[in-house]
Amino acid sequence: MGLLNHSFSGGIHPPDFKKDTAFKSSVTCSPPPEVVIPVQQHIGAPSKPIVEKGANVSIGDPISESQGFVSVPAHASVSGTVKAVAARPHPFGTSELSVVIENDGENRWRDDVEYDEQYGKLGTKEILERIQRAGLAGMGGAAFPTHVKLSPPPNKKIDTLILNGAECEPYLTSDHRLMLEEPEKILKGMEILVKVLGAKTAAIGIENNKPDAVKIMRQTINKLKLPYRVYALHVKYPQGAEKQLIKSVVNRRVPAGGLPMDVGCVVQNVGTAAAVYDAVAYKKPLVERVVTVTGEGISESKNVRVPIGTSFQHLFEFCGGMTEGAGKIIMGGPMMGLAQSSLEAPVIKGTSGLVVFTEKQSHRQLEKPCISCAHCVDSCPMKLMPKMIGLLVQHERFDQLEDYHVLDCIECGSCAFVCPARINLVHLIKYGKAKVLQKQKQAG
Amino acid sequence: MEKKFYVSGSPHIQTADSIPRIMYTVILTLVPAGIGAVYFFGLRALLIVIVAMISAVVTEAVAQAMMKRPLRISDGSALLTGLLVGYNVPVSVPLWMPAVGSLFAIAVGKMVFGGLGYNPMNPALLGRSFLLASWPTHMTIFRSAIPRGGTISGIDIMTEATPLNILKNSQVILKNPNDYTAEQLAQASDAIGKLYDSIDTLFIGRIGGCLGETSVVLLLIGASYLMYKRYIGWKIPFTYIGTVALLSWIFGGTAGLFSGNPLFHVLSGGLILGAFYMATDMVTTPITFKGRILFGIGCGVITVVIRQIGGYPEGVSYSILLMNLVTPLLDRWTRPKVFGGRTA
Repeated sequence: MGLLNHSFSGGIHPPDFKKDTAFKSSVTCSPPPEVVIPVQQHIGAPSKPIVEKGANVSIGDPISESQGFVSVPAHASVSGTVKAVAARPHPFGTSELSVVIENDGENRWRDDVEYDEQYGKLGTKEILERIQRAGLAGMGGAAFPTHVKLSPPPNKKIDTLILNGAECEPYLTSDHRLMLEEPEKILKGMEILVKVLGAKTAAIGIENNKPDAVKIMRQTINKLKLPYRVYALHVKYPQGAEKQLIKSVVNRRVPAGGLPMDVGCVVQNVGTAAAVYDAVAYKKPLVERVVTVTGEGISESKNVRVPIGTSFQHLFEFCGGMTEGAGKIIMGGPMMGLAQSSLEAPVIKGTSGLVVFTEKQSHRQLEKPCISCAHCVDSCPMKLMPKMIGLLVQHERFDQLEDYHVLDCIECGSCAFVCPARINLVHLIKYGKAKVLQKQKQAG
Repeated sequence: MEKKFYVSGSPHIQTADSIPRIMYTVILTLVPAGIGAVYFFGLRALLIVIVAMISAVVTEAVAQAMMKRPLRISDGSALLTGLLVGYNVPVSVPLWMPAVGSLFAIAVGKMVFGGLGYNPMNPALLGRSFLLASWPTHMTIFRSAIPRGGTISGIDIMTEATPLNILKNSQVILKNPNDYTAEQLAQASDAIGKLYDSIDTLFIGRIGGCLGETSVVLLLIGASYLMYKRYIGWKIPFTYIGTVALLSWIFGGTAGLFSGNPLFHVLSGGLILGAFYMATDMVTTPITFKGRILFGIGCGVITVVIRQIGGYPEGVSYSILLMNLVTPLLDRWTRPKVFGGRTA
């Protein structure tokens, strides 16, 4: 490996800040007094609640149903009574319809969540049904409904499944811990995915700052006698971005404006693969996940297995509470994560981590004029010219943005990270994209 | 009351590099060349540089006050421009000249366009060109490093010229043999031979020239650190120098094509200073990969054309200024293909 690895052009090397949690085994969170489960935790149509205030639920009971194909249901993550079906703070910064369940502390699971020995004999249709019914969405962060990703149109032949174990964001270690702690589950989930897609090859991409994970995955593959390959990838942000991962693992370029299926690939997060195994072999819905709670603003950083819907407040208390000088909460990693305004917001399916910064770390420097250093152009993994896009947006020349391929921006933040003038490039580009999409919608 | 948190857009972490850090680092890497200037030309060199730097900073402060803009002289960009103006004049100029040069460089070369980031041309070079056009005699008297043991392999220093001056004059003689005596022709040949032999002197800098341009080795020390820090790239300096070397080899000799001495041409004049410190000025150079390559080649071509055919022995300043003007066009022509894009 090593020098012979493929990589992608551009990218940056932020410090990784992972040593606080990379070596800490996942621990289970203390039971939360209540959980708040939003009906929208995924990309697509929100789900519709099917329980009312006062209903008694067990863990795994569906509390909402899909609306349409690109939608997934949500499930009770604790047993207890539905306290309310109302608007509650949501990590996206808004107030969204959620099902609030008061925890009765009994940890009572639904009856039909048990091992199905015959799961290997299920056909594609049944497998996809179990996946959708389990409410699975991409656990890397974007939360795209998994059954949709696994149902490409018939004209798109998939030959390669790639599991994403890159975890390129600084601070985050939940995927790393999952690979160390449950490698078999991930690989068995991978088998199911390969079967559903009819893929000929399958591989796992892991950044080589996690040599222990690389080793254990390879050992487990050998043990289970699976024909999969582990790629120890060159460490560079955003290696975990789909298009860049595909480039580094199979050296194919997803066409601009296209999707991985256009080059015969499907990418899934390792956490999603493990959840697929649970969903298909155990009929277990997605009700919990591992979240990395870290940062200089939290007293005890940990990798925590926590029920979906647990408030940030409760999770932070479990981790010793925030420090005196805590100033910012980021859901996700520091490069693409969403800053949070409320401690009441809950952990959702895509919450890979919560990074707490101190006040000092949260201060932003003033923007200075652009000096055309071109660090943004050099670091863009999609080979765009962020400086030009930012400049055009500032001057409201939205008409020229498509010439600069603004819609191909993956919003990874590499450009804004390297800018010595501290220009808010991602903000400008996002605004530009919105304007272009608005115009396209009006025209078409 | 519920605790309030900072909510801002991603990314939430940034590089430690900032504009002042870049500027001050570049200034620092130019210090070895400055020490060399003092060693070769005397303490007056230091005075000239200080005057140039002060003038630049004061001009910027006054301009920002007049424009009712925030005072930003601490970002180091004016200081750097002043330093480079100082490095671009000979040691014998009267002290008001670097002051005026800096004033012009900052006021007309930068502030008039809107300040940092908006100027189309390299301000220090603009300042130098202004001085050269306005006071050519002052700007072309080059006292060699006489007190420090400098003759260029024995060539008399009475001409008080730079190596490129001597080369040009000698080549003119050799190209027009009918206008000169046999003795002069012999001297000219001899001079060229001695120049080509003096590579080590050119490398160290014990020659005539502007303050900061003579010592190649000291400039290269600074430049390598900047390349290591990625504040300057390899594309422009290497394509610029490579083009000059290639074209000088082909066209720079007196014995027909391919008789030139590329090493001599690369080490002479302001090429090393220009290629590593002026042609790499971020604001005025292209931001694309191919754009930078074309920029370097363009500078190389123009430099060699001026040196060989033009009236001046030196072409670096003008070549960079001319290519600066073409930069926006280069950026337009060389837009990178988006990842996964089809070739048109």
